Amino acid sequence: MLTKRIIACLDVDAGRVVKGVQFTGLRDAGDPAELALAHGRAGADEVVLLDISATYENRSTLLDVVRRTARQLFIPFTVGGGIRSLDDAAAVFDAGADKVAVNSAALADPALIGRIAHRYGSQAVIVAIDALRVGNGKGMSFGVKATGGRHATGRDAVAWAREAEQSGAGEILLTSIDRDGMRDGFDCELTSAVAGAVNIPVIASGGAGAAEHFIEVFRQGRADAALAASIFHLGITPIGELKRDLQAAEIPMRWPC
Amino acid sequence: MIAIVDYKAGNLASVKKAFDYLGHESAITADPAAISRADKIVLPGVGNFEATAALSGPLQETVVRMIDRQVPLLGICLGMQWMFDSSREAPQLRGLGLFVGECEKFPATVKSPHVGWNQLQVAGTSRLLRGLPPDSFVYFTHSYRAPVVDATVGKCEYGGSFSAVVERGDLFGVQFHPEKSGAAGLHLLRNFCEL
Repeated sequence: MLTKRIIACLDVDAGRVVKGVQFTGLRDAGDPAELALAHGRAGADEVVLLDISATYENRSTLLDVVRRTARQLFIPFTVGGGIRSLDDAAAVFDAGADKVAVNSAALADPALIGRIAHRYGSQAVIVAIDALRVGNGKGMSFGVKATGGRHATGRDAVAWAREAEQSGAGEILLTSIDRDGMRDGFDCELTSAVAGAVNIPVIASGGAGAAEHFIEVFRQGRADAALAASIFHLGITPIGELKRDLQAAEIPMRWPC
Repeated sequence: MIAIVDYKAGNLASVKKAFDYLGHESAITADPAAISRADKIVLPGVGNFEATAALSGPLQETVVRMIDRQVPLLGICLGMQWMFDSSREAPQLRGLGLFVGECEKFPATVKSPHVGWNQLQVAGTSRLLRGLPPDSFVYFTHSYRAPVVDATVGKCEYGGSFSAVVERGDLFGVQFHPEKSGAAGLHLLRNFCEL
């Protein structure tokens, strides 16, 4: 049976892993390559490295981190953050990434998704969507924000996910800005709305705090994979323990691995 | 030396990195002369079956000649599908026809592509899978699949059974990505290196 995936995410700034709460308030948490390998050994099904600064000066630092990580990591490895063109994507693939996550640049130019997919295959292109609840009650919807959650786009998350799929995305990485870093559970309504609208895998992100949150997002949220950062690298929830709990709840898991 | 055939179908570097890690010399090459000198050949690749059009001509002739000389050949993902007769993904093209059958899409009852870790059901004796724990998990990412045939030694279940591993003599094919399948995948690649 196809398992649900547990993905460890490393938010990287200037070559170091950091983690914020609701996209701000960063703190240092270690070396990305070392942490990626440790997560792989602990049972992570994939590793995602998100370059959250993505300034020009930090680009070569990032590529070096990608190279060091990829040399020893033999599970799927995604790199995102600051990928604005096919050339940016190519540099990251050349350094050893298996997939790239595109976000703001795809919002500005949806054809970028197709350009990368044409050269590297759809399986190599993840469209990352940062979504935020807008309005209340019956009028509530999920808006899309760009540039690390800083700018509203006027787009609807469900519609954008569908467009991304049609443009050639192989997966959707869906982050709830409302839940990011809060550790009080994923936004299952958001995840379910997007998962029901597309036929490609949806990775839920934002809000992981305990095993029950993962069970909820796989059941109610219909997620194919769930991503977490701080609970893994701060050692709050060891991945192995989480996978055992999920397996006990009859969520199909790659465990032991 | 293991020749990793470069036909511009996705990122081949991860396959090479796995061989580097295992301590076996390999080279990514599109040069028929270099491939002719190899003692093993890997046909990697992801994406559309149309990409295999780049193999026709000298590359295909070289690969076929090497197969005749019983040089072990491992097709990965799209590379494995090319070892079958054809694929509905690009019906105008022919595969190598080393394994009988046509690759087809997953049924509409399941999400496609099939992305993630799924269990390998060992279905026969295999040199490639020797020593691999039964029901090992391996990483898949594909929209088309090869049917279960006589040469199938590993099956997988997703909207029905399909070939995850085929093997006959010195011909091997895997639908999943051993270079991305953790310890299980490295085990399989080591078996191939040590043939």
